[in-house]
Amino acid sequence: MVKRTLIWVAALLVLGGAVFLFLAHRPEIAPVGPAAAASFPPELIARGKILATAGNCESCHTTRDGRHYAGGLAIATPFGTIYTSNITPDAATGIGRWSEAAFARALHEGVARDGSHLYPAFPFDHFTRVTDDDVRALYAFLMTQPPVSLVPPANTVPFPLNIRALQWGWKLLFFHPGVYRPDPSRSDLWNRGAYLSEGLAHCAACHSPRNALGASESGSHAYAGGLVDGWVAPALTAANPAPLPWTADELFGFLRNGGTALHGVAAGPMSEVIHFGLAGLPDADVRAIATYFADMNGAATRAGTASAVLAKALSASQVDEHQENDPGASLYIGACASCHYNRGPAPLIARPDLALNSALAAGEPNNLIQVVLHGIGLKDGAPGLFMPPFGHLSDADIASLGSYLRRTRTDQPAWTDLEGKVAVLRRPAGGS
Amino acid sequence: MSITFEINGAQATVDVPAETPLLWVIRDVVGLKGTKFGCGIGMCGACTVHLEGRAMRSCVTPVGAIAGARITTIEGLDPDGRHPLQKAWIETQAPQCGYCQSGQIMQAASLLKDYPDPSDRDIDAVMGGNLCRCMTYRRIRAAIKLAAREMRSSDSHG
Repeated sequence: MVKRTLIWVAALLVLGGAVFLFLAHRPEIAPVGPAAAASFPPELIARGKILATAGNCESCHTTRDGRHYAGGLAIATPFGTIYTSNITPDAATGIGRWSEAAFARALHEGVARDGSHLYPAFPFDHFTRVTDDDVRALYAFLMTQPPVSLVPPANTVPFPLNIRALQWGWKLLFFHPGVYRPDPSRSDLWNRGAYLSEGLAHCAACHSPRNALGASESGSHAYAGGLVDGWVAPALTAANPAPLPWTADELFGFLRNGGTALHGVAAGPMSEVIHFGLAGLPDADVRAIATYFADMNGAATRAGTASAVLAKALSASQVDEHQENDPGASLYIGACASCHYNRGPAPLIARPDLALNSALAAGEPNNLIQVVLHGIGLKDGAPGLFMPPFGHLSDADIASLGSYLRRTRTDQPAWTDLEGKVAVLRRPAGGS
Repeated sequence: MSITFEINGAQATVDVPAETPLLWVIRDVVGLKGTKFGCGIGMCGACTVHLEGRAMRSCVTPVGAIAGARITTIEGLDPDGRHPLQKAWIETQAPQCGYCQSGQIMQAASLLKDYPDPSDRDIDAVMGGNLCRCMTYRRIRAAIKLAAREMRSSDSHG
C-alpha cells in the first residue's frame, strides 16, 4: 500500500515537473548575422542613445574599468552574485546574433535569445513597459556600439536556484508583463513621467522594497523605500522623510543638477543615476519624471507648512554648539560647521543644511554614515561641491556626531546601535 | 599615478599615489609652504585651501579626488598678497605666532563670499573649525569685519 502511494507520488512529481518544464519552455530565436550599422537611421540611433542613458544600461553593463556595455559587473543579490551580460554587438560573446525580435523578447519577457529565462537582476519587470518603438531605438543604438569580446564570469547562484526554468515560476508569481498604458485622466507630462519612471528608468528597482524572493513590492508598498548597496533609497511616496516637500521644481532641480538648497545633494548610487543616467535626458523628460513623483508624494498638500519647517530647520544653525555638553557637538564644530552652517533665511546650496537633509531624517542612518565615511566626490552631488571623506574618524566618533545631529536637527527618535552600523558600513563590501 | 589639477592658476601634474593627502602634495611636491599641517584629521583648519573657490581641508582630501579641479592656496588668494583680508590682518595685527593664519584667512575668504556682511554668529560658526592656540579669535573676528567693510565699500564704489 505504502509502496503504491509512493509510486503515485513519484509519478505525480515527474508529471508535474514535466508540465512545469513544458510551460516554462521558451523557444530559441534563430541567430541572425550581425546587423550592418548602416541599416539603422542615425536619428533612431540618437534616440536609442538617450533611452539607453534613461535606462542607465551602462551602469550595470560596464565594469568600473571595463569597456562600454561589455558587462561583467558583479551584482550581489541575496541569492548569489550575478554578473551582467555583454550587450555589445559582438557575435560570439555579446548580442550581435540577436534579432530585434530576440532583443524585444528579452526586454518585454525576460527571455534570452536561446530561450533561457533571465534573472530579474535584469529589470525586465520594468522594461516590459517600454514601447516597441523605443525598443527598436535601443536595439539600433546597442547594435551600432563597438563590439567587445568579453565573457563575464560565471554566476554564483547555487542549485537549485540556478535552474533557469524556475524563473518561469517567479514570473508567474510576480511578473506583470505589458507595455505602459497611459492614464487618460492624467496630463501628457504626467504620463510621460510615469512611462519613463515605471519603464526604462526602473526607479522602483531601488525605491520599492523587495520581498523574500527578490520581487519589487507593488500596491501599497510600491515606492516605500529600499536598501541598496548599503544606502537607503528613500520612499518616494508621502512617507519620504525629507522635512520639506519634494515639489516638481525641487525634484527637477535635484534630478537635473544633482542637488538643491532645500534638499541637499545626491550621493551614492543616486548620484550615478543623475550624473550618468538621467543626464542624457532632455529637460522635458526630467520635468516629466519630477511631475510624476511630485504627484505621488503629495507635495502639493504639504505646501502650506513649508515656510514654518524651513524656519525651524534653519534655527538649528543659530544654536551655539559650544553650549552643548555633547562630544558630537565638538566634532560638528571642528569638522562640519564651516561648510554646513547656514545663516538663513534661505539656505545656500553650497552649504547643504543638515536639518533639511533626508539623510538625517531617514529611519536608518546609512546615508549619513556613508557620506561621513566617503565624502562627496566632485563628480557626485551638485557641480563644484566637494566633501572630503572623514573615514579616519573612529566608529564611536561618527556615532557620536550622528546622534548629536539627529537630536538637534530632527524630531525623530534616536537611531539605535549607531556605532555598530558604522562598523558594518565601513567594511569594504559597504555592508551588503 | 599621474594626477593633474590647477593650483593658483597654473597646471600641476604630480606622480603620487591617489590617496596621498592634497596637503602633502601642495607642500612637498608643488612646494608651496604657506598651507600648514595641524592635526591631520580635518579638525583644526590649518590646512584650509580653496577647491573650486570654496574652503576645504586639504589634509583629509586624497589628491586623486580632486583631479582636474581648481585649487587656491594662500599664495594664490591675491597675486600681490593684498587681499582685503590680508590687509585687514596686518592692520589689526591679528596673528601672534601665525601658524594657523593662512588657514584662517582662506576660511574667512570663503565665508565672505557667502556672507559679505557676517554677524558674530556667522563668523563663530564658520570659523569655529579653525583653531588658534594663541587665542587670537577676537582679533580675527575684528579683522574679518574690517575686511568685509572694505570689500563692501569697494564693491559699491567700483
